[in-house]
Amino acid sequence: MSATVIHVENLTRRFGDNIAVNDLSFEVKAGEVFGFLGHNGAGKTTTVRLLNGVLEAHSGSMRVLDLDPLHDGPSLRARTGVLTESASVENRLTARDNLLIYADLFGVPREKIPARVSELLDFFGLSEHAEEKVEGFSTGMRQRLALARTLLHDPEVLFLDEPTAGLDPIAANQVNELIANLSAEKGRTVFLCTHNLVEAQKLCDRVVVMEHGKLAAIGTPLDLMQQYVRRLDVDIEVAPDQLDIALDALSSASSLTRGLSRQVNGKLTQTVTGRDAIPSLVNLLVQKGIHVYHIAAHQPSLEDVYFALHREKEALQ
Amino acid sequence: MNWRAVFAIVRKDLKIVLQNKGVLIPIILVPLILFGLLPWISALAPSMVNMGGTSLDEIATLIAQMPVGLRTELAPYTLEQQSIVFFLVYMLAPMFLIVPLMVASVIAADSFAGERERRTLESLLYSPTSDRELFIAKLLSSWLAAIVVALAGFLLYVIMANAAAWSTLGRIFFPNWMWIVLVLWVSPAAAGLGLSTMVLVSGRAQGFQDAYQTGGAVVLPILLLMFGQLSGAMYFSIWVVFFIGLILWVIDIALIWFGSKIFRRGRLIARL
Repeated sequence: MSATVIHVENLTRRFGDNIAVNDLSFEVKAGEVFGFLGHNGAGKTTTVRLLNGVLEAHSGSMRVLDLDPLHDGPSLRARTGVLTESASVENRLTARDNLLIYADLFGVPREKIPARVSELLDFFGLSEHAEEKVEGFSTGMRQRLALARTLLHDPEVLFLDEPTAGLDPIAANQVNELIANLSAEKGRTVFLCTHNLVEAQKLCDRVVVMEHGKLAAIGTPLDLMQQYVRRLDVDIEVAPDQLDIALDALSSASSLTRGLSRQVNGKLTQTVTGRDAIPSLVNLLVQKGIHVYHIAAHQPSLEDVYFALHREKEALQ
Repeated sequence: MNWRAVFAIVRKDLKIVLQNKGVLIPIILVPLILFGLLPWISALAPSMVNMGGTSLDEIATLIAQMPVGLRTELAPYTLEQQSIVFFLVYMLAPMFLIVPLMVASVIAADSFAGERERRTLESLLYSPTSDRELFIAKLLSSWLAAIVVALAGFLLYVIMANAAAWSTLGRIFFPNWMWIVLVLWVSPAAAGLGLSTMVLVSGRAQGFQDAYQTGGAVVLPILLLMFGQLSGAMYFSIWVVFFIGLILWVIDIALIWFGSKIFRRGRLIARL
């Protein structure tokens, strides 16, 4: 069992009347890629600030790397790396100077700084632009430089706020591979704040879905899909001369289905109430004498979970 | 105290200042005019006055209105020499304080308000420094730069004042002990006044320009000293200079103490 790296209990932070983080509790294990999902204003950035001792909580408790963020802020921040939402690199300095100064600031051993800086510039494809001022850089280059800066001191826990924002698909893929490697090979813990649900599904061991400062769901992507996705699209292939009978049969099974079937290229696509509905639906079709050649459920995604939770929330309101 | 981190921030701030023409130009230009050009104008003024058909009597009348202490100090000189010593040693002394004050203000405005404007403050707040270390680093960058510029300006002034007055005085007459006290005791305090004011102003300013314009009023006490001396109400004796320094240091300590109370990560990040 991995050690707990982040422990949060009943954490609350307000800004005036607005509750940015509301009674939040969760744990993150060492080496996990932990996704923190939510819309703008869901409390993701505030949580990162609280966990790094940059902001004070109004109530609740938290421990990060067994330290109290508020009282052990400097020691904690020496062991964490934070990539902020906007790549806040110094435009007036060169890429290399940006890294050299922050390496010094984060206490990287002096004799190792030049090699470490060159290694990161190289990894992020910035070596050719190392002596150029950052003000001429594209958004993607700034983002890569900010990421390089975050990794300078080889932090044990990485807080990445939208790490692939502004990156082209190739660079984004490279960053995703880096995140996966940091966790898998180096045992680093990654706290990933993102809107990109596809990316989160691919990278995260567990995710939290935030809604207006409150934790709406937590679990592995698979758990969440099974728990929250209550509608599922299923492709059904039947004998071509039995399409009309199949359509009738499906429209009569209202307890298992949602909406009408769509017919595309001789195949039917039907939204069903969930995975559990699939065997009953096959049974029904077979009982009606329909030859079912093929049936396949579309794999739900975190996006489906996210929208399901959002719909649930709206229905409650 | 994590001095390595403190000096990394100082280095960062100073490197950034060196890249910003809006900050660099006044830092270079003002000392050059005050310490490079003004000594020559002041030293050549008596001869130009004579060329204009008037006499040195007007300067003599001005000096006659000055406090006894100053008249006593000027007594060993001839009237032409008196006019040079009067302007170069005494009249320009308050103006010297403008340099550390201005340099500290400009850099502090860039370091505090400018950093927020450039959206680079947040990454600094995530650094392994305490609020106190971050505050000290920010103070040091503008204070050290102001001291260096003031000392360089003083050296330039020593050379230029002696060179400009050489034909009249025929010897090295500058600096005197009052100037030594002014440079080593008062100018660091003046720099402290500039930066501590800017720390307070920057908390509410929208950006560098806003902070610098709002904090510009800090130069008023220096102007008061200049007019006070020009009107003969006071003159810069060693003791007066020492007490001016003492008052400035007390104000600095109070402002910096108050600034340190409001310089909190949580407060700063909430305003981003």
